[in-house]
Amino acid sequence: MSHRVRISVNGKAEEADVESRLLLCHFLRDQLGLTGTNVGCDTSQCGSCTVMMDGKAVKSCTVLAVQADGCEVTTIEGLAGADGLHPVQQSFWDNHGLQCGFCTPGMIMTAVEILERNPDATDADVRHGLEGNICRCTGYENIVKSVVAAGARGAS
Amino acid sequence: MGRYVGTSVKRVEDPRFIQGKGRYVANIQLPGMVHVAIKRSPEAHARITGMDTSAASAMDGVLAVFTGQDFKDGGCGSLPCGWLVPDTKVPDRPIVVTDRVCHVGDSVAVVVAEDPYIAADAVEAIEVDYEPLPTVVDARGAMDDGAPLVHAEIEDNVSYHWGLGDEEARDKAFSEADEVVEIELVNQRLIPTAMEPRAAAAQWDAASEEMTVWTTSQNPHPIRLLLSAFTLGIPESKLRVISPDVGGGFGSKIFHYPEEVIVPWVARQVGRPARWVATRTESQMTDSQGRDHVTVAKLAMTSDGTFTGLDVETWANQGAYLSTFAPLIPTALYITLLSGNYKMPGVFGKVHGTLTNTVPVDAYRGAGRPEAAYLVERLVDLAAARLGRDPLDLRRQNAIPKEDFPYQTPVAFLYDSGDYDRLMETAADRADYAGMRAAQTAARADGKLRGVGVVCCIEASGPAPSAVAGSLGSAVGFWESGEVRVHPTGQISVYTGSHAHGQGHETTLAQVVADELGVPMESVEVVHGDTGRINFGMGTYGSRSACVGGSALVRSAEKVRAKVLQLGAHLLEAAEEDVVYDRESGRVHVKGSPDSGKDFGELAFAAYTAHSLPDGMEPGLNFVSFYDPANFTFPASSHICEVEICPDSWEVSVLRYVAVDDVGKVINPMIVEGQIQGGIVQGVGQALTEIGSYSDDGQLLSGSLLEYAVPRADLLPGIEVDRIETPSPHNPLGVKGAGEMGTIAATPVVANAVLDALAPLGVTHIELPLTPERIWRAVQAAGNGA
Repeated sequence: MSHRVRISVNGKAEEADVESRLLLCHFLRDQLGLTGTNVGCDTSQCGSCTVMMDGKAVKSCTVLAVQADGCEVTTIEGLAGADGLHPVQQSFWDNHGLQCGFCTPGMIMTAVEILERNPDATDADVRHGLEGNICRCTGYENIVKSVVAAGARGAS
Repeated sequence: MGRYVGTSVKRVEDPRFIQGKGRYVANIQLPGMVHVAIKRSPEAHARITGMDTSAASAMDGVLAVFTGQDFKDGGCGSLPCGWLVPDTKVPDRPIVVTDRVCHVGDSVAVVVAEDPYIAADAVEAIEVDYEPLPTVVDARGAMDDGAPLVHAEIEDNVSYHWGLGDEEARDKAFSEADEVVEIELVNQRLIPTAMEPRAAAAQWDAASEEMTVWTTSQNPHPIRLLLSAFTLGIPESKLRVISPDVGGGFGSKIFHYPEEVIVPWVARQVGRPARWVATRTESQMTDSQGRDHVTVAKLAMTSDGTFTGLDVETWANQGAYLSTFAPLIPTALYITLLSGNYKMPGVFGKVHGTLTNTVPVDAYRGAGRPEAAYLVERLVDLAAARLGRDPLDLRRQNAIPKEDFPYQTPVAFLYDSGDYDRLMETAADRADYAGMRAAQTAARADGKLRGVGVVCCIEASGPAPSAVAGSLGSAVGFWESGEVRVHPTGQISVYTGSHAHGQGHETTLAQVVADELGVPMESVEVVHGDTGRINFGMGTYGSRSACVGGSALVRSAEKVRAKVLQLGAHLLEAAEEDVVYDRESGRVHVKGSPDSGKDFGELAFAAYTAHSLPDGMEPGLNFVSFYDPANFTFPASSHICEVEICPDSWEVSVLRYVAVDDVGKVINPMIVEGQIQGGIVQGVGQALTEIGSYSDDGQLLSGSLLEYAVPRADLLPGIEVDRIETPSPHNPLGVKGAGEMGTIAATPVVANAVLDALAPLGVTHIELPLTPERIWRAVQAAGNGA
């Protein structure tokens, strides 16, 4: 069965007919071509597909596209502003917070939420906040450093 | 010294990744593209007695369903093994099975559909009748009398036996030993779990009869070679293999996989581009896995603690088929490392490569070397306990002294350079080892289970001298190619046969070439991962890219410099010996007159206009080099770790982790530290959380990230990284591999720390991973759990 959804994605109004079972991550990737949202698992463990939905970080593999009807979604492609990179993106670059880059969009989206909740997040706060995101390359050291540094620079 | 090498230049590849512009295979959209899904075996060993694909074929949106026979009839060859030790028995490994499955996840049928959801539905609609057969999953048990045979034609499930070392010296060491310590241990199976699941896409051009394959590979050229010569049968000249951005590999993306054949074959059959993307569950049951050894070993020593001999017997689980390099890992990358960092005359090791009804096992980060390090470093701790010696002190006593390099071990390798005593001293100073031991004593007095672990580890990186590889069983060479193409404007494209999937080569190799030529890094672009653009290459694994790939680029840059110098002298109307190439500025000028020279860009342009060239000089400015290394490089590390175990939950907390590594000269310290940190956490994962486990009937019990516990951000409190540098004497950059040392040292150092913490309770050994349950059981068994 198909449903008409209206979703604001990165500030742009999108309207589409989707199957009931279509996951938000696949709607973003396959129908809108926003392939920055990566899919790393099928059990909602890895967090690579994290996007912001109405201001909250969600794993887009656990959200149906129909559930996002009427919502505002921000993906990694929509994070940078007219004046350049979002401070969290910049901080990941400055602090070598990524290697292969696959988990990075999800890490950055989660980090944005962590800092929105607590701009003064400590190393331990960030490690706790990132528990739902897996990185296999960095050992998390420089990801944690990137998030803490972004908070200290007023990223939120 | 140039401007860039040795400095932490920010990565040039990062802007695309942090903005969601990574070019992963799963992101490829081709006009008219169809989607491939694969029916996987739920049985570990079974005969296929029937298959009904009619319901799947009849579904709306399904274009075709193919069986194993279709691939066989369609000209697809079996997957070959690229490393054969003497008398290796190689089981046939079809692209898609026809009559029998040998592990859970084996490919049974292939669906092609308009949409990935429909393809998944169609896979579910295929009915397969299985007649289950007896299974075997254990590396050593596979050789037992009466064990079920994975392949009827391979007796005792033995693919090969292999041994290396000095048996006479070993026998002498053990007959004269004052003390002998023994161990039996399992190095558990691991699932590599790169965050990007494997994927493949393909497009057939019917007019030019050219096939383009995109695949998540660490080495696209060898994949093209195997596709062309063995599995797909399209000539290399008509086959382009592209590995664009690849989301981590850790070894698991070296190998030639069935899907790399299935997808292009299907694309040609249906006349449309095709794509397959693994689910995580598929990756867990089809990506080649790592480790899985059972080992018995003993160490001989004199009463003063001098090591004299080591004897090792290992059963290495190779899984149901031989993956591309499977026999290499437990032979020439494992037995050869058993001397560790120590002087020991009598080392001998033998290994039995066995077949089981499990996913094939091949290289995983470290590949053989972590297995050797874990074994040797556990034995050294047992030796220290036996003698009542401090484990760091005993290591320093037995370490190969720096004046003994190059050092010939009894197990073939000639270590190039090192200073293990300084390495351990640096680690001890950095960690305040004496202070840690004092704190441990105090903590124990308070009833706490505090432990300190220390290791000194060796790696052989940068494979490999091709002739040596050939003599050990390789079907291929292990040189690397590097092309420096200077364009007429002075811009430079660098083509490397190595491949980056997180290592940052676009940055580090640009640093190297920019310094060799004295040009700004911004004018150097690094290209990798495309057989259509790079003439050939062996790819990236074994921490080889800087040692071998970087060296090839240095050789090409040297040729560019020589030609530019000759051209510059000609245009300056000076004799060659009277001009210099200034590697700071990239200018050629008359000695003593830096102002009267020619810029690199001017000379590049002159090479292409060719209006005035020296006699005999060809136009253009483009050089390719093939660099075959003279030896492996031998990085080393000393790590120290402090843990505490909760006596109620038996959970291990790592309190401090100090890593001092020697990876030779460092091109980009930031990137090297990142490699070490990431490697350490993978190694700690093996020590504390990860295990790929099978039930006796071959069911994979860790088939998703719900069951397979990769480390999370809160596993470690932070890692303190430091280094010393003993340059490799045999490559032009003085570099050694940096990608695997962290992993190799981390597993034993955490294991040693945990067992040190439990020593007062009488626990001397626990199999990895050191989960609370396993620790609790060991403590109960030792009778001290009250």
